[in-house]
Amino acid sequence: MATQKLFRRDVVKKLMSVRGDALCISGLGSPTWDLAAADHRDENFYIWGGMGGATPTGLGLALAQPDRKVWVITGDGEQLMGVGSFSTVALQQPKNLAIIVLDNEHYGETGMQAAPTGRGTDLAAMAAGAGIAQTMTVTDEAGLDDLMKRLTDGNFPLVAVVKVDVRTGETVMPPRDGKYVKTAFRMAVLGADKAQHPG
Amino acid sequence: MSGDWSASAHQLFKEHDIKQVAYVPDAGLSKLIKSSLADNDIQTVPLTTEEEGIAVSAGAWLGGQKCAVLMQSSGVGNTINMIASLTTTCAFPLFMIVTMRGDYGESNPWQMPMGRAVQPVLEAVGVRCLRAETHEEAADAVKAGLMMSFHGGEAVAVLIGQKLIGAKPFTGAHAGMQAED
Ligand SMILES: Cc1ncc(C[n+]2csc(CCOP(=O)(O)OP(=O)(O)O)c2C)c(N)n1
Repeated sequence: MATQKLFRRDVVKKLMSVRGDALCISGLGSPTWDLAAADHRDENFYIWGGMGGATPTGLGLALAQPDRKVWVITGDGEQLMGVGSFSTVALQQPKNLAIIVLDNEHYGETGMQAAPTGRGTDLAAMAAGAGIAQTMTVTDEAGLDDLMKRLTDGNFPLVAVVKVDVRTGETVMPPRDGKYVKTAFRMAVLGADKAQHPG
Repeated sequence: MSGDWSASAHQLFKEHDIKQVAYVPDAGLSKLIKSSLADNDIQTVPLTTEEEGIAVSAGAWLGGQKCAVLMQSSGVGNTINMIASLTTTCAFPLFMIVTMRGDYGESNPWQMPMGRAVQPVLEAVGVRCLRAETHEEAADAVKAGLMMSFHGGEAVAVLIGQKLIGAKPFTGAHAGMQAED
């Protein structure tokens, strides 16, 4: 039986249908374009650099906003660069943080070079080894449905590695001014007064 | 302010409503880490590498909290791209306390190059450095730095000199030498 790998754009679009009011952080490159294409909102913090920083940014946010769900959507290369952050997350056990790795087994943004994830490195196993109890690897539609259910139930922290093929969608650019994105996010989450006058 | 700088720093964290303290341990930070751990209003976030702390701090700010990031000077070398790309690009406030090695009285040659590089590399990526060599200077610098970062919107590192924290002696038996009897 031929298996059709998942297309990242469809995956992110589907996940966004159960997003509710979750706050989203996207890792540099394709995940940022995917999030912008699927569900552009002020409550998205789009990262265009700082490779390895998506998950710890999500952690700081999750600790600061314990009543909001926080979803990190990132690439396998980006997560590998900050893989120790699985351990950092596991120590905190944030009940509101989900990390979704779109794993195309390549460094897509830089010319689709092979990544270790296509040659034996298992990010879900690394997350489990770091002490994150809820981990899963999604390879098909049924797995995606399971992930959507888990995202809704919110048994977090959760690390979901979603195997996707090497197709990229059309580049959809969110605002490129990081100061603007940061301030828009804070205004949306905190309200104008707290965002402008932190106290 | 008088007395131990670590006690003053903890007091100032309370006054400034610091809710997260992210760190990689260093001997010079042990008192401040200990008092942060003992404080129920502060979430301590031990890191596997210092650049995580830069990102945690940015995330905390996105969610309306203030985070202080503590590290040894060697750890500054791990943070540079994260500071340049995330903190400086987005103008996140950043407050770091860096305890110096490879500084006054150091005897470990492996610490020297990074010790020399700390201030120039931090400045190159947009972080203001406040150096302190006494308990009083350190407490003042923490106070000033908290204002400059969370109210002034700057990235600030308080560099606690080795003259203040003391140099760790590196001496011992010589490998490969016969013990004399
Ligand atoms: C510190 C650092 N090293 C290298 C790069 C170059 N770079 C940009 S995106 C990227 C690959 C990202 O791969 P992955 O996270 O798997 O995302 P994909 O594009 O494959 O979805 C790399 C290596 C960078 N931006 N920063």
